[in-house]
Amino acid sequence: MLASLRFARSLASATSSNFARSSQRAYSAAATGEVLKKTVLHDYHVENGGKMVPFAGWSMPVQYSNLGVGASHLWTRQNASVFDVSHMLATRITGKDRVKFYESITVADIEALKVGQSTLSVFTNENGGIIDDTIICKQEDSLYVVSNAGCADKDLAHIRAHLKEFQNKGGDVDLKIIDDHQLIALQGPKAAAVLEGLVGKDLRDLPFMDGRSMTIKGIECHVARSGYTGEDGFEISVPNGDAVEFTKLLIADPRVELAGLGARDSLRLEAGLCLYGHDMDDTITPIEAGLTWTIGKRRRAEGGFLGAAKIQDQLKNGVSKRRIGLIVQGAPAREGALIYSNGELIGNVTSGCPSPSLKKNVAMGYVKNGLHKSGTELEVEVRGRKQKAVVTKMPFVPAGYHKV
Amino acid sequence: MSLSAFSARLFPTMRQQAVARLAAPSSTFARFYTTKYTQEHEWVKIEDGVATVGITNHAQEALGEIVFVEAAELKDIEKGETIGSVESVKAASDIYAPITGTVIEVNQVLGDEPGLLNTACETDGWLCKIQVKDQSEFNELLSAEDYARFCEESH
Repeated sequence: MLASLRFARSLASATSSNFARSSQRAYSAAATGEVLKKTVLHDYHVENGGKMVPFAGWSMPVQYSNLGVGASHLWTRQNASVFDVSHMLATRITGKDRVKFYESITVADIEALKVGQSTLSVFTNENGGIIDDTIICKQEDSLYVVSNAGCADKDLAHIRAHLKEFQNKGGDVDLKIIDDHQLIALQGPKAAAVLEGLVGKDLRDLPFMDGRSMTIKGIECHVARSGYTGEDGFEISVPNGDAVEFTKLLIADPRVELAGLGARDSLRLEAGLCLYGHDMDDTITPIEAGLTWTIGKRRRAEGGFLGAAKIQDQLKNGVSKRRIGLIVQGAPAREGALIYSNGELIGNVTSGCPSPSLKKNVAMGYVKNGLHKSGTELEVEVRGRKQKAVVTKMPFVPAGYHKV
Repeated sequence: MSLSAFSARLFPTMRQQAVARLAAPSSTFARFYTTKYTQEHEWVKIEDGVATVGITNHAQEALGEIVFVEAAELKDIEKGETIGSVESVKAASDIYAPITGTVIEVNQVLGDEPGLLNTACETDGWLCKIQVKDQSEFNELLSAEDYARFCEESH
């Protein structure tokens, strides 16, 4: 884990529309000549100045010509932005044993969720490592599950292997990929007012992490009050045929701008939210990643998910490394930067950028247990120079999640 | 250190183009009119054996808002060596020495105003000045036309 993950950084790479850090791994697939997938909104993005880049096998907008990444980030914090997140893997799980099956492959207490409620969870492997993070929404007749586009292939292979085993033992469960809907996120402090205007009614009673079906200007949607920016907002599942029209309805509001992957990355980092493949991977457990809260009390006690023994042991005996937030002086610390304490190498940065909201450099990374407490003074090495850094509680920017 | 401002001071505006055309490439005058480029998206101008280095407009556009500039150290450098960095929210990009020599001055203004690279990267937003060791290295750099072609081809 301490190995430097430093990526090729040059102006030359920055100018070849390289969405540097966050998609570096996703890029390799594109480089081999793989045809990029397009969301239904692809042409709409291009028409609206979207600068398209390869991301996890998809052609996605990193930013739009009317706003730079920093300006788009701040717009989202002050107003509202639309993000196309249709590249993410959406699945529907049916069958009467669906909760039991999903509890065998994730750490979530799905049993305890009320219909309409969602939770952040993780798929774990036998060693307790995180295969992917995911949002599980409990619906009347099914589970609606969204996970990362970049992990789609391995997630499906993993889930299907366990599904088959489960079915062979007589379990009643089935999985379908949802490919007839697009997922559009509307995020920001003005998102609710914008959506309420279109829905024609108040959404105050829709709590954070809850979802419901509704008709918006004649379009049948599923609206979940969730997101990846730290702001109030919604992730709206819209039939493919209505996706462009729906997006136009949102954008017609002067409080709304289009935003791309660039702002999405800096927004989620300020919000202290992990990016899979960077801030967590299959060698890191949810305990180490600071996601212990995703494991319900019952699940901690009962286990019954992959890697439970390892995770229960860590809950009891502690971990050797932990995810932390850092505010770094001087040059921004990026993924791979090494973290020191009194000259001793104790960890590395997994994500970092200059925070557009704070005008300070924020980062997250992993350090040796014991050096993870807020206020701990550490050093981060950037281009051979050690810079002061302070362990800082996340989110870096106060969350704007809606409370009922 | 604006090229156009400089030449305007030397020559009456109306005569500028004619003089430029008449000046042979090897003449003293040519120095004031020649900017060379690198494939790393830097521009270099030479005047009295001192190279002024900056990033190109193409580079600043690709980077977006620049929020941090790490200045070069005042020391001897080899062509190709990393001599600093410019950073936007989304990426950090190293600056490579386009020419061998000694860094004798860095643009201090960029420390407080990195955004100058977005508004004036080819003029007031210069990065550093290098006392050139071997001027023939300068001649090997890309001409404006070659650089424009390079940018087009690499897209």
